[in-house]
Amino acid sequence: MTTRIVELRRGILKKNDELAAGLRQRFAAAGVLVLNLVSSPGTGKTSFLERTLRELHTAGAKAAALVGDLETDNDAQRLATSGAPVRQINTHGICHLEAEMVGRHLDGWDLAALDYLFIENVGNLVCPSSYDLGEKIRVVLLSVTEGEDKPLKYPSLFNSADAAVITKIDLAEPCGFNREAALHNIHEIRPGIRIFETSAKTGTGLAEWYAYLAEVRSRNDQH
Amino acid sequence: MHELSIVSSIVDTVTESLAAYPGTHVKEVRLRVGVLAAVVEDSLQFCYGIVTEGTPLAGSVLVVKTLPVKAHCAPCSREVELAGIMSMRCPRCGTPATQLLQGRELEIEAIEIEEPEGIA
Repeated sequence: MTTRIVELRRGILKKNDELAAGLRQRFAAAGVLVLNLVSSPGTGKTSFLERTLRELHTAGAKAAALVGDLETDNDAQRLATSGAPVRQINTHGICHLEAEMVGRHLDGWDLAALDYLFIENVGNLVCPSSYDLGEKIRVVLLSVTEGEDKPLKYPSLFNSADAAVITKIDLAEPCGFNREAALHNIHEIRPGIRIFETSAKTGTGLAEWYAYLAEVRSRNDQH
Repeated sequence: MHELSIVSSIVDTVTESLAAYPGTHVKEVRLRVGVLAAVVEDSLQFCYGIVTEGTPLAGSVLVVKTLPVKAHCAPCSREVELAGIMSMRCPRCGTPATQLLQGRELEIEAIEIEEPEGIA
């Protein structure tokens, strides 16, 4: 027997990365802005998205959503009340969405007719950071009830995000939320990131969020 | 616990590449994993033994090389290695590091295989 070393230099998630690159091209060609929403379970992704979809719809924008969960279509049913097209992705035990799952759930949708496509990832602050879904913008959400040091505990995900949304800001005071510490920690892990301080209940901060979406979309159109 | 799917991808990729080396036995699989890759080596090792069972990788050793974050620091106009991932700042001047050059890698660098004598 002889031993030898074979150089492979292959990305372990190459298959997902290739599928994601294909999706990204497809989204760009269709002119739809795609956002991947990531947070812990219970941060309020669905409430945030529900209100976003409803208000974008009212404003005349065309938005759709894919929502990932291990089981149930409860979130899809909730989001569908906004009037937007919504599809549920059940991962059946897998702790994150993959590009293949996203691709498989786009069948029959006219992407060119959409302005925005939101992908609500499975509630998890670790695994989704490794899986590119072909999104343009990765949004990490953090609620005031979770603790200001969450970015420090999950740096991989926070560092991979393009925008951060603080949710449930209406509960900041009763929770003793230290706003400065939270903003500092987010910036420490992801310097220069845009941060939105919001409440899906009262509507605080959502005007800035919508302005950001429109701004990124117009940038998207230009390239 | 996405280490399980990561290990499954490793097994698939290595098995595919073995097609070019018939009759070989895998001794070692070497990975390069950036500290921002969100992968825990202990979990990888734990899953590796289970997933490789009954595959051409059975009994092989998984070697994980951890890569620190490297960034380009504009004020220093040079590549710098960050001390950790709790603070994305240049260790020399303290400027926030926005241009990362290394740290998210998740790749199979090489495999060590044992070939039967007489096969070129």
